[in-house]
Amino acid sequence: MEPLKIADTIFTSRLFTGTGKFSSGIVMRDALVASKSELVTMALRRIDLKNQNDDILPYLQEANFKLLPNTSGVRNAKEAIFAAELAREALQTNWLKLEIHPDPRYLLPDGEETLKAAQELVKRGFIVLPYVQADPVLCKKLEDVGTATVMPLGSPIGSNNGLNTRDMIRIIIEQSNIPVVVDAGIGAPSHAAEAMEMGADAVLVNTAIAVSQNPVQMAIAFKLAVEAGRMAFEAKLAKQSSMANASSPLTSFLS
Amino acid sequence: MFTDIIKEYNWEQTTNLIYSKTVDDVISALQSKKPTIDDFMALISPAAEQYIEQMAQKSSLITKKRFGKTIQLYVPLYLSNFCQNNCVYCGFSAKNSIKRKVLTFEEIEEEVIAIKKLGFQHILLVTGEADVKAGAEYLAKAFEVIKKHMSSISIEVQPLKEEEYSSLISSGLNTVYLYQETYNKQKYANYHLKGNKANFENRIDAYERLGRVGVYKIGLGFLAGLEDWRTDAFFTALHLNYLKKQYWKTKFSISFPRLRPHVGQFEPNSIMTDKHLAQLIFAYRLFDENVEIALSTRESASYRDNMISLGVTSMSAESRTDPGGYAHPEQNKELEQFTINDNRTAAQMAETIRSKGYEAVWKDWDFCLQ
Repeated sequence: MEPLKIADTIFTSRLFTGTGKFSSGIVMRDALVASKSELVTMALRRIDLKNQNDDILPYLQEANFKLLPNTSGVRNAKEAIFAAELAREALQTNWLKLEIHPDPRYLLPDGEETLKAAQELVKRGFIVLPYVQADPVLCKKLEDVGTATVMPLGSPIGSNNGLNTRDMIRIIIEQSNIPVVVDAGIGAPSHAAEAMEMGADAVLVNTAIAVSQNPVQMAIAFKLAVEAGRMAFEAKLAKQSSMANASSPLTSFLS
Repeated sequence: MFTDIIKEYNWEQTTNLIYSKTVDDVISALQSKKPTIDDFMALISPAAEQYIEQMAQKSSLITKKRFGKTIQLYVPLYLSNFCQNNCVYCGFSAKNSIKRKVLTFEEIEEEVIAIKKLGFQHILLVTGEADVKAGAEYLAKAFEVIKKHMSSISIEVQPLKEEEYSSLISSGLNTVYLYQETYNKQKYANYHLKGNKANFENRIDAYERLGRVGVYKIGLGFLAGLEDWRTDAFFTALHLNYLKKQYWKTKFSISFPRLRPHVGQFEPNSIMTDKHLAQLIFAYRLFDENVEIALSTRESASYRDNMISLGVTSMSAESRTDPGGYAHPEQNKELEQFTINDNRTAAQMAETIRSKGYEAVWKDWDFCLQ
């Protein structure tokens, strides 16, 4: 499988993971290690930036994941930029998952504020991975301002509903010059495989692993699904066709 | 405004409607992917009691999907027990001759340091209504002291003015808990005899003020033990529905405090049993998968333990209802608002949560986000 390059970093795993909703730090670490994920996002709100002695960070640092702090909880560009600066200083990384969702129920991202914040954060030297609606125009605009990826949602975060936005995601993948990471709503390994077969560069999975009965086994299942989907994409999946291939062609008289 | 909506309802008719819900209504509500307010009525009706197991199963699953296997921990800090109101069910009531105290800022810091040692990062500040001794200005100064040690500040105080809320938000306020106590306007006056709290409208309009200034989270609920809990539960749901649509950037949390023993003679008018409270929590979860549900130390240890995985999302622990009680537990007992029901330490509570396969979350906010 081809490795994935984001900014200046090479990833061999195309499965990105999150740290929320696990039943304990140990279960989280074991599941994330089993997933072979190399990039792990965590919410600033859960981290104790003052003393780094909290329930999440030690487990992640112990397993040597690349950290992707996210701004979950902020409601506009100004708050996101402020939080990003603090994260960069406290965690010594300029990578940032930009999440701006003023709606606290479905956590749907605010495209307008996200674009505004992304523009400023890129100028300030951040590697920005923005969480967005599956909006092809917005994704091109984010690419134009210099984000490292786009991260469109498959369906509302935590919903496990799969790729309900598949038609838009297909357009985003077709048009994008930067990696496309399908971010939210992936509830089953088959959803992850579908995204990868479509040509997504990576997927980010959290809830489906964290709240499963057996998070380690589910993490492995996602790993395999992502690999299977990617391999199928690279092997050029046979086109599905609704048209019959006639064994006696109608146009043979032309040759 | 919600006061306009509530005018369209008649308390007795609403009660009758809830009690007339049938088993068929309950089954249809249970099968609905997105229960309506009418379905909610069925879920809190007597007819739903025999379906409590199915409700629990569904509530548990939905909660796990939305909130994960986590329980957030918070702790109340009573700043003052001075109160200008006379409410028949409350130990702080002005008419009760109890020792009164308002914490100084030095004492607040002492308390917060004691609280931090227990592990808490989310604090809920509680006062009686005393606009001079413990008003908005006092709270803002208290925030300055508390912010150095905590990650999130909530308040449960008298309704404030819009500009006071707004200024407290810029000083670090995250959540405001405000309980209407009862939505029965006629009967409200029987419980709230004197003081600003006797003004039903001022209290109910405070939610609009909070929404307009964009507070992060509003906690609402009613006091179980005053009027028929089913009817108050319905009006709280109606209120929640209204607020969600009107103030879409605000989060909501809900809880149903049941009356506890306190100084004074008030006997509950309506009893909500353990089973009823469980039914109500499940009904809310089915009705709104995003609303946070808190269960305080008013409830017993065994009850709380059993509810950890069934729909609740946050719990208090090692709570003291006497101002000054964390740093000086022996001196202040006579100042308390009511006697708590679960006396375990925060560490024991966290261990119990872990033993149930859930993570105890101490920190889920940061001042850098606001």
